[in-house]
Amino acid sequence: MSNRITKITPNSPVFFDNDPQDELITLNLGPTHPATHGVFQNVLQIDGERIVSGVSTIGYIHRAFEKIAEHRPFYQITTLTDRLNYCSSPINNMGWHMTVEKLLDIEIPKRVQYMRVIVMELARIADHIICNGILGVDTGAFSGFLYVMQEREFIYEIFEEICGARLTTNIGRIGGFERDFNEVAFDKIREFLKRYPPVLSEFEELFVRNRIFIERTSGVAAVTPEQALDYCWSGPILRATGVDYDVRVTAPYCSYEEFEFDVPVGTNGDVYDRFMVRNAEMWQSMRIIQQALEKIEKEPKGIFHADVPDFYLPPKEQVFNNMEALIYHFKIVMGEWDTPKSEVYHSVEGANGELGFYLIHDGGRTPYRLHFRRPSFINYQMFAPMSSGMLISDAIINMSSLNVIAGELDA
Amino acid sequence: MNKLDNQVIIDRLQSVFNDRVRFLGEPHGLLAIETESADILELLAFVKNDEMLRLNYLTDITAVHYPNQNKQYAIVYHLHNLFQNIRIRIKVFVGGEQPTVPSATSLWSGANWMERETYDFFGIHFEGHPDLRRILNMDDLGVFPMRKEYPLEDPNRIDKKDFYFGR
Repeated sequence: MSNRITKITPNSPVFFDNDPQDELITLNLGPTHPATHGVFQNVLQIDGERIVSGVSTIGYIHRAFEKIAEHRPFYQITTLTDRLNYCSSPINNMGWHMTVEKLLDIEIPKRVQYMRVIVMELARIADHIICNGILGVDTGAFSGFLYVMQEREFIYEIFEEICGARLTTNIGRIGGFERDFNEVAFDKIREFLKRYPPVLSEFEELFVRNRIFIERTSGVAAVTPEQALDYCWSGPILRATGVDYDVRVTAPYCSYEEFEFDVPVGTNGDVYDRFMVRNAEMWQSMRIIQQALEKIEKEPKGIFHADVPDFYLPPKEQVFNNMEALIYHFKIVMGEWDTPKSEVYHSVEGANGELGFYLIHDGGRTPYRLHFRRPSFINYQMFAPMSSGMLISDAIINMSSLNVIAGELDA
Repeated sequence: MNKLDNQVIIDRLQSVFNDRVRFLGEPHGLLAIETESADILELLAFVKNDEMLRLNYLTDITAVHYPNQNKQYAIVYHLHNLFQNIRIRIKVFVGGEQPTVPSATSLWSGANWMERETYDFFGIHFEGHPDLRRILNMDDLGVFPMRKEYPLEDPNRIDKKDFYFGR
């Protein structure tokens, strides 16, 4: 493995460009470079094609979500979480709902938990489709991306059926869902489980034993488990190094402990392993969705939220015709709810790592402080140090295999 | 291997740090402890390397601003034992003109950006940090925007004041 990282240089902003003998060039990769898939700037010092050192500049789409969240009631923060990792917004939404439910000690019915599991796993598949598809594009294979992209579109159709939105879904409410999945949604989920496996198999056939792909990715940006843990990595890229840390297994939420699934891990921690781990996770996600559908069959029909009138908005027809419902509606919308003073940390396995919500609540209408532990932000900081010594083209595929989403990076 | 739980952690820390750590309770099962900024690095190194605790995964570093307290800023560390899935929360309260705590970058390289973010938003100085610059905001912002005195909306706007809601 010639490209294994041996030395990690600090992420230092100082470039010495005063030696007339050297032939180093300072190159701005980004912030709007098409190969970086998002607003990422890296100032690289390069020697020919090889990167000598680099500095990441981030914050180009910083939107002050944590500050805004201190001024918004809980149910309005869901829309902020949409815009963190916008490739898998439902996971963020669910993570936020679960954080609030943990704060309020709300017990969620089993059927709702399984519905959430379905939504989250669909989102995970959609996210991995993007990441692996784009990784193929960056290594020069465009067709695989188009095959799987069609299925991502189908997942978005399912989201549309469930909540009406596609990308920034705002799916679910505190206490459950805003409405039940309709029959079309269930049919589409079942259809997805039928039509996606052949597509994913074809996608894997295109890449997994493809010599060009292997030579472009194998051994590139290999990271040891020690380095990964030192940089606080989480998610598929940590598992690619061989550490089997998955929040769904370590600290199960939403009844994940009842599901039968494997946690795929890699051995080398290189780009190829990350690709393989993500592919394997898509198969596992489909297993989970299948089981969740079977479990939902056994639950009583029509339950889609917990019985918590203090926090869950009543149906609109009742608000107009029923005094009690109107009172609850008013109290919830105006933030007149009794909430405990407490501190909660809740994390979910996002598509690219541990997505954590640290909520400090003082009993007011809004959180006192809300901090997002954003996996992209923490995973990305190794990018510039690990790029030194790498070829530029390797750094590009390394970046796409990290699956850093600019919205989550900058919050 | 003995099963680790909050009581074991408390006993272990008490035996080593005596009264240099205080226990703040365990909201929702997550043990929260407090220490002084002089002891934080020693405490972090201890819980990371101790054979028994092995809280070696740094989940997050952030800060909270309490403008009405003497020590206005709480720096909050979340640590995780990946072997037994135990988390703890460590808080350090600091105050003064220039709140300062030692940097944890010597223990985890990943602390680098977390501390830069905390500095960027709260103005907490992490002593010994290799590169303490702003990270998400522009370099010449001049204020630390997550402090409570920094307004988000027009401060003259009164229609959202708690007064109008009977509080």
